[in-house]
Amino acid sequence: MDKKSTYFDNAATTPVDKEVVKAMLPYFNQIYGNPGSMHSEGLKGKQALDSSRETISKILNCEPEEIIFTGSGTESINMAIKGIAHHQNKKLGKGNHIITQKTEHPAVLETCEFLEKEGYEVTYLDVDRYGLISLDELEKAIKSETILVSIMYANNEIGTIQPIKEISEICKKNKVLFHTDACQASEYLNLDVKNLGVDLMSLNASKVYGPKGIGLLFLRKGVTLTPLIHGGGQERRLRSGTENIPLIVGFAKALEIASKDKGLECERLTKLSNKLIDGILKTIPKAFLNGHPTKRLPNNVNISILDIEGEAALLYLDKEGICASTGSACTSKTLDPSHVILALGLPYEAAHGSMRFTLGKNTTKEGIEKLINLFPKIVKRLRDLSPVNLKAEDFKEYLSEDNKKISGVNK
Amino acid sequence: METHVDVKAKVEGKKWFYNDIVKKHFFNPKNFLKDEAAAKEYGKTASGVGQVGSPACGDMMKMWIKVDKKGNKIKECKWQTFGCASAIGSTSMLSVMVTEKGGMKIEDALKIKPQDIANRLKGLPQRKFHCSVLGDKALREAINNYFRKSGKEDRVVVQGAKIIDKILKITDKDIEEAVLEGAKTLEDVQKKTKVGIKDKSCIPEVEQLIRFYIEKYFG
Repeated sequence: MDKKSTYFDNAATTPVDKEVVKAMLPYFNQIYGNPGSMHSEGLKGKQALDSSRETISKILNCEPEEIIFTGSGTESINMAIKGIAHHQNKKLGKGNHIITQKTEHPAVLETCEFLEKEGYEVTYLDVDRYGLISLDELEKAIKSETILVSIMYANNEIGTIQPIKEISEICKKNKVLFHTDACQASEYLNLDVKNLGVDLMSLNASKVYGPKGIGLLFLRKGVTLTPLIHGGGQERRLRSGTENIPLIVGFAKALEIASKDKGLECERLTKLSNKLIDGILKTIPKAFLNGHPTKRLPNNVNISILDIEGEAALLYLDKEGICASTGSACTSKTLDPSHVILALGLPYEAAHGSMRFTLGKNTTKEGIEKLINLFPKIVKRLRDLSPVNLKAEDFKEYLSEDNKKISGVNK
Repeated sequence: METHVDVKAKVEGKKWFYNDIVKKHFFNPKNFLKDEAAAKEYGKTASGVGQVGSPACGDMMKMWIKVDKKGNKIKECKWQTFGCASAIGSTSMLSVMVTEKGGMKIEDALKIKPQDIANRLKGLPQRKFHCSVLGDKALREAINNYFRKSGKEDRVVVQGAKIIDKILKITDKDIEEAVLEGAKTLEDVQKKTKVGIKDKSCIPEVEQLIRFYIEKYFG
């Protein structure tokens, strides 16, 4: 079996597509000119840059000059949030209030915490059991000082998809700028910025089978921000530094492939992830799905398994050649369990035993079957070793009907 | 600057942050009770049992011991653990340490510190060290349980705790726990314990304790 077929950590990063590698290679040492140079080598670089921007602008349904290339998704997010905050507040003298929500990626949360230290006020909206924000609460949170709303498109841990169009309508109505972190969404969801109605959108290549180290920020025409990086004035003076042509070419190619394959791939992965969810919930007692049952990314499966600890399960899986991820405290640098699982209102026990499997292009039916076959055995092994035996009854509100049966819960 | 252990493990191309000894004890643990039924059965004849931690904290451990007739040495040590590789591996190693070479004297077993277990494991990743601190506590609980059950109450060892924050009644043990959970500064410890937020007079003592525990466990 191909090793990549049991790599279930595509939300962490994806392998680079062969076509993408092929597209990038000439730009390392054959076409190497600096797009800023006047000579013909520079012009070749400029052409590659322009045509990549053009390709991506068609996918996002925007003008090429509305795309700013950055060094990563994290940089795009930092640029969007800090850049808008500083410009709106310091340059234009507008308010100092930002709205986001609790299950955002650390790139958003840490940036907001940084701004709080600078004196900005940040509202962190709650989410419901499934990870969705409430549109009413969002509208209520907007006040005259609000300058920016930043809500992610799809969550990296549980795959929940937020109602971006509805959020942007609320923002438009209240004349507040809206940024979305679309890094996890870009492989599977619609990226048409006119349709979505966003003012800013962050993307990166490493989640769409492109190279690491390249991201972009869509910045709607007429919206201005204070740059993070000053220098030679590249990217409309908004992000200086010589353009990374090979990575930009790779990013464009990766998005092009993703947009072409989207429909069929979503269908294929939805089938496979449903098979995996069913396979786990029907064979492992006291297990439940985290996130939204339908408003979720087609490649995301996040499951809490009571009485075991995620890191131990992850290492046993790895020994069998299966890569997954966990929300357990033991794998985080802060030693706190997943802030996303806790924000859903689930108890700590559910966060320590949460496992994330994110499928991808290389996932096969055989890979899923191998996982469904092995995982219950690993869970049994760890449960036997564990002195903990939580009552299924106490968690029945989370269990599916199938899982209630095998967990011995009475209706 | 000394290279961080995690970084070193990566640079040296090791598959995980754990070394082979830890992995051996994690994948093939020694002296564990294989399921609930086995634990129940063993509990009937054990000299003492101790339990620490909780599933909400992410680590929980139960340990049973059998002591020789004279009441001097630990002859058997069995356990069950809920936790990560570091927790499982270090419990397994502790059970080997107290039973090897004919069994450890009780007074020596009472002296075992987390660092002793980590040393026998030839080191744990720095940020995983806190996961290995339950074993010796569970063992001490089991020994005390044995003392109580066998009429040797005079030998029970209670780990004293001193109140540091007089308003919130926070003890040196609470600060020790916070450091073991990864807190490195006063701010970190306050996030976990709220020590010194109301009783500001204790802050110098808290800072001293933080330095002491960092030196003790990570120094």
